[in-house]
Amino acid sequence: MNLSLINLAYLASAVLFILALKGLSHPRTAVRGNLLGALGMLVAILATFADRNVLGGGTEAFVKILGAMAVGGAIGAVLATRIQMTAMPQMVALLNGFGGGASALVAGAALADVGGHTPTATFLIATGLSGLIGGITFSGSIIAFDKLQEMFLPGKPIMLPAHQAITAVTVLAGLAMIYWITGGDADTRVLAYGVLILLALTGGVLLTVPIGGADMPVAIALLNSYSGIAAAATGFVLDNNALIITGSLVGASGIILTQIMCKAMNRSLMNVLTGGGTVSTPGASADDVYAGKVKATSAEEIAMLLDGAGRVVIVPGYGLAVSQAQHTVRDLANLLESKGTVVEFAIHPVAGRMPGHMNVLLAEADISYDKLKEMDEINPSFQETDVAIVIGANDVVNPLARTDPKSPIAGMPILDVDKARTVVVIKRSLSPGFAGIPNPLFALDNTLMYFADGKKAITDLIAAIKDA
Amino acid sequence: MELFVGALTVFVLAVFVGFELITKVPPLLHTPLMSGSNAISGITVVGAMLAVATPDPFSTVLGLVAIVFATINVVGGFLVTHRMLGMFKKKD
Repeated sequence: MNLSLINLAYLASAVLFILALKGLSHPRTAVRGNLLGALGMLVAILATFADRNVLGGGTEAFVKILGAMAVGGAIGAVLATRIQMTAMPQMVALLNGFGGGASALVAGAALADVGGHTPTATFLIATGLSGLIGGITFSGSIIAFDKLQEMFLPGKPIMLPAHQAITAVTVLAGLAMIYWITGGDADTRVLAYGVLILLALTGGVLLTVPIGGADMPVAIALLNSYSGIAAAATGFVLDNNALIITGSLVGASGIILTQIMCKAMNRSLMNVLTGGGTVSTPGASADDVYAGKVKATSAEEIAMLLDGAGRVVIVPGYGLAVSQAQHTVRDLANLLESKGTVVEFAIHPVAGRMPGHMNVLLAEADISYDKLKEMDEINPSFQETDVAIVIGANDVVNPLARTDPKSPIAGMPILDVDKARTVVVIKRSLSPGFAGIPNPLFALDNTLMYFADGKKAITDLIAAIKDA
Repeated sequence: MELFVGALTVFVLAVFVGFELITKVPPLLHTPLMSGSNAISGITVVGAMLAVATPDPFSTVLGLVAIVFATINVVGGFLVTHRMLGMFKKKD
């Protein structure tokens, strides 16, 4: 097929990808958007089959391509249909890795195929960057997957002696390889690219192992961005606008999500990447904060409190998902609604283990999406809330973030549950969250602590409401 | 160089479009956004197909592995996004 026609087809798929992302601006249009994206991919693949260079490869190339697609498609389909919603961060980590890996491989193939031609400097630099970023994304994502899945590596940061220096030297050596690629003859270039890939894979591991398990949402978002940038670099290698446009869209998406996650965790990106963790400047001790002020409560007492409540806000933390209590919480919400209470869910940006994760987990439990309120939207309404029920969340509802400028979480955006008339906190004990500091919310006059496992507590609460 | 400036123009404009689009995606849908963006970044499959068709046997092998990787992204990404989006329902 004519090259211009093929490029027009790529333009059509780029437009369809843009419409796909635009569709994601609302749940109503999101499904159609995703289908448009898939259509865009189909258009791009069909156009490429019609490309002179692919047709020139004959039946043999055609069969090989379809065979490889069948293998990848089967693996992808199995992953997509089997994966649990709680394991979605692992799935996205893997996809990030495959995306980065594919870019590095395609750039390498283009370099090996140059043969006797004299490639331009921009081609060689783009190839080097594609390999470097793609390789880092691949190995970094495998490490992120492993940490999330808790297979081999511990969740806590791993630091070698002089870790930052070793990482910096590795990445700089990778950049030096790009210089070598631009200067060498055909064989030297391929050799230098091979060394570059090894350095990139090492760099990806070094960059990801110091990131703690709790910081993984940032790591996944950042790797998502890298995979997009690698694809865009590959677009420069092949001078292919479809790759450049798509890679930029994905790169921008990852960067925005990284920023959102960092802000919500009150951390700088540098702080997350270097695995610094939160520096605990010990404020008031737990005994000072809690002594004599914590009031324990029972299911029966909460049931009385909820009877006649006009507005209830439920604040889920990741602990809720771990105990698979989403469905029980939905039953509680339905029961309260049947008694005329307005029930909403307050979702902190880092409530799950990746951006938006908690929303997916609650949607899976058939909770209507218009009841899932993001932090900025629901915070002003806590003053008119009769009862706020906090389940398995801690640091994200700690009022110290607002009041104590010396606290490690100072300035972190939190859900203002303390402004509700009554706060019920369901928690096993008074143990601290990731930040390692006591939470004065638990000792407030309007707070009642219900010490129990999340799922059991909600089940007992439902029984108590039905008995009342 | 002319080719490069043309590609750079497309790149810069696409980054701006990307920022405009993504800031309009609500946090509610950030997880499907990540899986969906991975699906479309499987567009590298196009470059991988071209690599397979070249006469260089080494390029062909790299291209084949790249097709497997990219197709996992395309099929896995679109399917899992579809599965997730299907869960977002509005009652009454």
